[in-house]
Amino acid sequence: MAKPASTLAKRADDLMNWVDARLPVTAFWNATMTGYSAPKNFNFWYYMGSLALLVLVLQIVTGIFLTMHYKPSAAEAFASVEYIMRDVDWGWLIRYMHSTGASFFFILVYLHMFRSFLYGSHRKPRELVWIFGMLIYLALMAEAFMGYILPWGQMSYWGAQVIINLFGAIPSIGEPLTEWIRGDYFISDATLNRFFALHVIAIPLALLALVLLHLVALRENGSNNPDGIEIKANKDENGLPKDGIPFHPYYTVKDIFGVAMFLLLFAFILFFWPEAGGLFLEHDNFIPANPLVTPEHIKPVWYFTPYYAILKAVPDKLMGVMLMGASVMVLFFLPWLDRSPVKSIRYKGAWYKIMLALFTIAFIRLGMLGMAEGTPSQTIEMRVWTFVYFAFFILLFFLSPKGKTKPVPDRVTH
Amino acid sequence: MNRKPVSVILGLLVMFAITGPVFASGAGNLENSAINVRDVAAAQRGAKWFVNYCFSCHSASYMRYNRLVEDLGLDEDLVMRNLVFADVKIGDTMEIAMRPDDAEAWLGKTPPDLSLASRARGNDWLFTYMKTFYQDENGGWNNLVLENASMPHVFWQLQGIQKPVWSTHGADRVIEHLELATPGLQSPEEYEQTVRDLVTFLDYLSEPAKLKRKSIGIWVILFLVIFALVSYALKAEYWRDVH
Repeated sequence: MAKPASTLAKRADDLMNWVDARLPVTAFWNATMTGYSAPKNFNFWYYMGSLALLVLVLQIVTGIFLTMHYKPSAAEAFASVEYIMRDVDWGWLIRYMHSTGASFFFILVYLHMFRSFLYGSHRKPRELVWIFGMLIYLALMAEAFMGYILPWGQMSYWGAQVIINLFGAIPSIGEPLTEWIRGDYFISDATLNRFFALHVIAIPLALLALVLLHLVALRENGSNNPDGIEIKANKDENGLPKDGIPFHPYYTVKDIFGVAMFLLLFAFILFFWPEAGGLFLEHDNFIPANPLVTPEHIKPVWYFTPYYAILKAVPDKLMGVMLMGASVMVLFFLPWLDRSPVKSIRYKGAWYKIMLALFTIAFIRLGMLGMAEGTPSQTIEMRVWTFVYFAFFILLFFLSPKGKTKPVPDRVTH
Repeated sequence: MNRKPVSVILGLLVMFAITGPVFASGAGNLENSAINVRDVAAAQRGAKWFVNYCFSCHSASYMRYNRLVEDLGLDEDLVMRNLVFADVKIGDTMEIAMRPDDAEAWLGKTPPDLSLASRARGNDWLFTYMKTFYQDENGGWNNLVLENASMPHVFWQLQGIQKPVWSTHGADRVIEHLELATPGLQSPEEYEQTVRDLVTFLDYLSEPAKLKRKSIGIWVILFLVIFALVSYALKAEYWRDVH
């Protein structure tokens, strides 16, 4: 370390030494930030992780302030949200941050996961990074679902009704299980109150723990990169990867730029299009929950609609629920389904590119169809894309060991 | 990395899927309300129509009188004298005297609170709804966008009375359009403006923070543009030794 230039800097150094002797702050910083080598060829897709972390913090902070004014009771919930929107100082801003943040969380997580499909980031030795990531995704879905009931609008109520009733399809224990989840014979004050508890305490704690595990597991082997090669295979005389650069300051300054670009988009939606045409805030949710009036067209929020379409594609309820469950669960096995000798799409043949393109189209179309009214022709289309969705994973398992590959370079391409 | 044609073609294919044909929306043929939420004069006129024609049956229970005064630049005394019942204070919300049970007994259905009507239904729906009341064969009121609406045409004196012009498609009789059978106090153009003013007010009513939100938003975006430029310059400076 450089010689302290002044007594003040000397004092700061002394303080740091005092702390370090008791808590390894500097050692931790060196190990995870300045001494951690990240591949130098990260591209656009590598912004999503740090941005998802930013949104997590944003959701927690705005959530704390919303909790100060929100009333988790069936009689008061809807009015308390309007109270936040109208009477609380800057309440509308905090609420829109939270509602826009929820949707952006999923946008970022979907892009973050797609990066793995592109570059094989889930492949050995990073399987656990992927598994923890999937658990984060599941926790996030539970968090979003329970959060969506809180405004107590028509879609909160009837969307929750549909999703909780899915558990009723399970033979013999189905009905008691739905009652146990609701805490009542129907969705009521009791349901709202417990979902509030889970949304603000239980699941956020689980999320934070899982994010920590995700990051610790990531630091253990270091990030993958767009070429899908291990930078640790090529080290210089100091034992540092030749294609690596210190995470701090290179990627911290790069991620700050990513944050700026992300916030631009985020602020644009938040200030000028917060409902996102009914995607982020649904029109029916501006009508207070009414157990006696079923809305014409019940649909979950956009981030659940691909799975909802898979559910609707199957005529039998139990089979539909199982297939929907399978469509999420199959993702857990991705590290072992892809058996190609190369990781990155850059060195896989056209077979993988075509498969991934079809899979992406299937996921997006399913998402769009899941929001639609459900005409017979749409049901047929949902079945086709459901087939494509699952075919991707099955074909991947059988084609990947023999699928054509290109020679992989020793060093990252930059 | 050199992009191969296959990646480009597949990329384009995905793009087409995203922008490709989307399901028809169930909105039907709604007219464009073409409101301008910044038009405070229109919102003021709309507030007047609202209070005189809607507010006896429809509440706006999430809206406070003083917010109205503040945002629309109304005169507090005027509001207190004309809008407010005797025992109501300026900071209270806009409730109505009619009890929900009575309303249901008298009208068949409790008139919904209109605080969030614009966000729940959409401005175009409200605009079209208020323009497409007609008198059916039985002499009762009906509506093109909300069939068998329990609400009577409260603006009939202004708009006049419309009657349907039917056409037959095979066995079906459908309403082709509405015809003004008895002219009202306002010309069709004036009436359209009246409805537009009312919808402008309802749009404001559904989100009073909207004006502030947009004007703050411009400054936030401006700040972020500068922040993005500075952070890009910082990144470029650091990354010079990597490239």
